[in-house]
Amino acid sequence: MAETFYTLIARNKRNSFILVSCFLVLFVILGLLIGNVWSGGDVYFSVGVAVIAGIIAFLFFLVSYFGGSSVLLGISHAMPVSKADDPQLYNVVEELSLAGGLPVPKIYIIEESAMNAFATGRDPKHAVVAITRGLRERLSREELQGVMAHELSHVRHYDILFGMMMAVMVGVLVMLSDLFLRSMWYGGNRRSRRRGGQGGGAAMLVLLIVTIVLAILAPILAKIIQLALSRQREYMSDAGAVELTRNPLGLAGALTKLSSDTQVLETASRATAPLYIVNPLKGRPKRATSLFSTHPDIQDRIQRLMNLV
Amino acid sequence: MTALWILIAVVALVVVSIIGIYNGLVRKRILTQEAWSQIDVQLKRRYDLIPNLVETVKGYAAHEKQTLERVIQARNQAMAAGGGVGEKAQAENILSGALRQLFALSENYPDLKANQNFSQLQEELASTENRIAFARQHYNAAAAEYNNAREKFPNNMLAGSFGFAKQEYFELEEPLQRQTPKVEF
Repeated sequence: MAETFYTLIARNKRNSFILVSCFLVLFVILGLLIGNVWSGGDVYFSVGVAVIAGIIAFLFFLVSYFGGSSVLLGISHAMPVSKADDPQLYNVVEELSLAGGLPVPKIYIIEESAMNAFATGRDPKHAVVAITRGLRERLSREELQGVMAHELSHVRHYDILFGMMMAVMVGVLVMLSDLFLRSMWYGGNRRSRRRGGQGGGAAMLVLLIVTIVLAILAPILAKIIQLALSRQREYMSDAGAVELTRNPLGLAGALTKLSSDTQVLETASRATAPLYIVNPLKGRPKRATSLFSTHPDIQDRIQRLMNLV
Repeated sequence: MTALWILIAVVALVVVSIIGIYNGLVRKRILTQEAWSQIDVQLKRRYDLIPNLVETVKGYAAHEKQTLERVIQARNQAMAAGGGVGEKAQAENILSGALRQLFALSENYPDLKANQNFSQLQEELASTENRIAFARQHYNAAAAEYNNAREKFPNNMLAGSFGFAKQEYFELEEPLQRQTPKVEF
């Protein structure tokens, strides 16, 4: 049964939804449990803690929403490209914008020999795509089209915005867990004396232990979910690229070339890595996708694309 | 008394939903129209590029007059073609074929191939062909989304009475046109 990019996109949307739901559940449960311990069983306080955590997350999100792209471009040493500088690159991006019904993004080139590309910008109107000199020189027009289509798909699917949201929520969750564990460590069991001597002491103790365990595990779990989502969005952008170009071979060819390049991109870091088309950091693992990779295994991505041919 | 409030709430909900459906259909229809006009924009771009191309080639390959004439003729016919999507698409296909022949014969004229102007034009025309194809592709996608919104339940009950007609897809109407014009040397 032939796979089409429609089915791939649908599957990825579903997976994203499931992962985000898991994350929200984790967030809410942690908030409630921590509030519960802090207040010694007060339901309203527990809910209050969860709500306040959510509000703080939202405020941080607003800051990064409006802050965003310029920082990334600055640290990557990206230079703007005009039509006269590189007509082929400009044409390729404009053609794909037509295919996607999107405004044409700003185009930048990164003067480094490592092969990579990324997209940034909170929505299609403020989008930017960038490619390294190393990659620009080594791709055919068809492959360049595939890579740019992948980046434009990230813009189209609002992946950058999505990533920002996830990063903020993970950050707040980590802060909350940290705060809680410190309060346990330093505050001791002062709160248990406030209980007013009701029964259920054993239940409270069990809840306390559960909360502590969850507070330790939650940051790791949240990170795992965040990375799983990052990989999901990469697959979805590959399928989105095919939706734009109707040609899986272009991107497949580009990925093949990318898989053989071992050079590290100097200006990338762990924080910015998810925005690139392939993992820009050292030691791209030869084994299949681990739980902690931001990007799926390249061979797997190539295989999925070839299945669409 | 509560029964009355419930009734009001239900009616309000229905009205809001109908407004939402109507506006959604309007937006999708406009996107389709915009996509349609994009196709014409790209076609015009191609017409504008061709005279320049012919002049450049004439400078190096003057005795390929036949091919050059064919290109100019095809261009003029395509610009004039009125009668509907089918006829226009056929004229455009003939033009594409003539252009392909022109580029194929540049293989025999290394001086022409080396000419920067020519290679720039080649890139521009290749890009234009791509743009025309993508503009059509996007139009079809927009039309499909609009038709889907129009035909699904419960929208389909309203679409008719509000006057939302089905959008046709950009298709090649005659089977002959599906044949890729062959380049002959």
